[in-house]
Amino acid sequence: MKTLMSHAKNINLVLGLLILLSFLVLMILSFFYTPYDINVMNVANKLKGPSSEHWFGTDEFGRDIFSRIMKGTQTAFFVGTLTVTIGVIFGTLIGGMAGYIGGWVDEVFMRIMDALMAFPGIILALMLVAVFGPGIVNTSIALGIIAIPSIARIARSGFIQHKEFEYVLSAKLIGVKPFKIMFRHILPNVSSPLIVAASVSFGVAMLAEAALSYLGLGVQPPNPSWGRMLKDSQAYLTSSPWYTYAPGISITFMVLGFYMLSNAIRDIMDPRSN
Amino acid sequence: MKKNKNWFMLIAIMLCVLLIGACSGEEGSEANGEKAQVIKVRINDDPDFLDPHLATASISFQMILNMFEGLFAPETDGSLTPAVAESYELSEDGLTYTFNIRDNVKFHDGNALTVEDITYTFNRLMGAENGEPLSSDFNNVASTEAPDADTFVIKLKEPNSNFLYSLTALQSAIIPASNDGNQNDNPIGTGPFKFVKYTPGANLELAKNEEYWDEKLPYLDKVTFVFQSDDQSALMALKAKEVDLTGVPANRLAEVENDFTISKQNNNSSLIVTFNHEKEPFNDLRVRQAINYAVNKNDIIDAVFSGYATPTGSNMSPAMGDYYKDGLQDVYARNIEKAKELLAEAGYPDGFSTKISVSSHNDMYSNIAQVVVENLREIGINVEIEVVEWGIWLERIYFGRDYDMTAIDLTGRPSAYEVLNDYISTNDSENFFKFKNAEFDQTMADVLKEADRDKQIEMYQRAQEILTEESASVYIADYQVLWASGKGIEGLKSYPFWFHDMSEVRFTE
Repeated sequence: MKTLMSHAKNINLVLGLLILLSFLVLMILSFFYTPYDINVMNVANKLKGPSSEHWFGTDEFGRDIFSRIMKGTQTAFFVGTLTVTIGVIFGTLIGGMAGYIGGWVDEVFMRIMDALMAFPGIILALMLVAVFGPGIVNTSIALGIIAIPSIARIARSGFIQHKEFEYVLSAKLIGVKPFKIMFRHILPNVSSPLIVAASVSFGVAMLAEAALSYLGLGVQPPNPSWGRMLKDSQAYLTSSPWYTYAPGISITFMVLGFYMLSNAIRDIMDPRSN
Repeated sequence: MKKNKNWFMLIAIMLCVLLIGACSGEEGSEANGEKAQVIKVRINDDPDFLDPHLATASISFQMILNMFEGLFAPETDGSLTPAVAESYELSEDGLTYTFNIRDNVKFHDGNALTVEDITYTFNRLMGAENGEPLSSDFNNVASTEAPDADTFVIKLKEPNSNFLYSLTALQSAIIPASNDGNQNDNPIGTGPFKFVKYTPGANLELAKNEEYWDEKLPYLDKVTFVFQSDDQSALMALKAKEVDLTGVPANRLAEVENDFTISKQNNNSSLIVTFNHEKEPFNDLRVRQAINYAVNKNDIIDAVFSGYATPTGSNMSPAMGDYYKDGLQDVYARNIEKAKELLAEAGYPDGFSTKISVSSHNDMYSNIAQVVVENLREIGINVEIEVVEWGIWLERIYFGRDYDMTAIDLTGRPSAYEVLNDYISTNDSENFFKFKNAEFDQTMADVLKEADRDKQIEMYQRAQEILTEESASVYIADYQVLWASGKGIEGLKSYPFWFHDMSEVRFTE
């Protein structure tokens, strides 16, 4: 607690956490309550501007935009969490083995990672979604695969650095199994850049989900996703601009929150900053 | 010092860019004080073929019909007018058509049109030479003959009151025998415009046919069809005067309403939410009727088409004039109680679960599906939306018939017969609903043998009633196509099918 308080002046940390916590609260709340049923239509009441009944206005079917934004946080967090989980687990595993074992294992793994990285992320995601079909889970898996290479690279450099240290050497000498050395001893020591990378890719994943849904390949209707809402609202950009603001601002703040948090974590973990 | 130099370079480059931009802006906008008769029309996509006998996509005919003519030409009201044929006679038994060919018709390559070319055209379509017909429209043709230089005769196996409709450029454009094998790369026809250049992904350029048989036409010197699938970009191009004519989605009409001329066209398409009649529970009439009572057409028209659509009750639009049966649109007025009753009678008092599969190539379909899902939830039917790519939709739903429900618009045709024949149980290539009704089949068979137009109309109207009674689909609407054009453009004609007829278009300012 004391350490956390000592960072209270870190504006990135405070603001980032504030933003993310409010979205988190919104998400948890949306499981039990939204002001309106997210799918109930009232076409007579379509494309109404913000009012006391509909805080963010209504969409082209007369559905409440605020309720759909609330429900959309579930999608955003789900995609973000699944993507980062896949990216971190496989990224660390591949990068760690490549770095620790070295030699041809390193060559093979890292060349595969290079090949993956050579594809622009969104194109690769499009390809995977085209093959496995659209939908929230497939989208997350595709984005997770894309997140692997950058995390693997970071993990690899950490493992290469640490495998020469005395504590690893002594662990080896007393006969600890390589796998245990890697994940019990080295991993905790190289985790801070990984945590930063993970929180960055959380933001990236949300943005990519929005992009895929925007292209019609992510979350399927009628389930709300911020990216899809942004896409749908585009058709009404000149006649009903507020429709665009709500999903646009949500995406911006969510990503901003994660970037601020990852910045803060980097600052805190950086030994040179003290 | 070095920094200064960079700045100087930057400014110099920007000045150059400005200068080039200014120069190119002036070019072409003023031509001898009079507006050049050159039009640019935005089209959503590339044509599939330039050869009119190979093309199937309605988007292709939108453009290439300007280059071709058949023996007859479809009119804006769905009737036929003589084109390459000047007149015709039909024998007493209804089997022999004798066409009198117009004299002064020339192909775009300068050669005069002869009956040999017409013979070649029909032989090619029927596959007389190689046994591979390009079209099934002429299976009923027994023989063709060219007794003299001005006469062409077609003999049928059975009378067919709809036969003349297969003689327009949509189904049998007349092409020269001399251009055999080259028609797709360098299309030659007799239409008011001739082919200049096709750049895939960019545009299709046509130029005035100076030797067109109707000397008054066309007015335009050049027509360029510009391919642009994105509506946003198309509207920006319209505002920047990069295109003169474009389709506008209804929800964006407000953006262009004030500065451009808007024309509304009944599309003559049937927008339907339909079922696979062979799958349970859609094989039960009561279930289909319940769905019909539950779906709120007006909500779909309002939410998806911003109100620019005409509600329909059967597979025909009011655009078809006399053939259209009015009143059917009110048969299934929304009635949730009735729908629930019917569903209970059919043995589904608690509803059931099903899936609606729609194509992703136009948001229209998934938007319609969203309304349908909400409507059907009210009577206990739980519908999941599945959005698939257009190619997959065609393969799995249209041809494969592996689906429960779907939403689609059936493209309009000039002939009432062709609008309705999708539902004939033996029309295996088009009847993707697997609709089967003996009376309907019989009516459609009888109408072909009927020579009297009034009786034909009666039969076509009865066919529409059957579709409504049998609840063959949920008939939603015929949505309007909205065109925005620059001020001063006149002579745009709207047809009951997809065709950008440029022959009478001109700039008046």
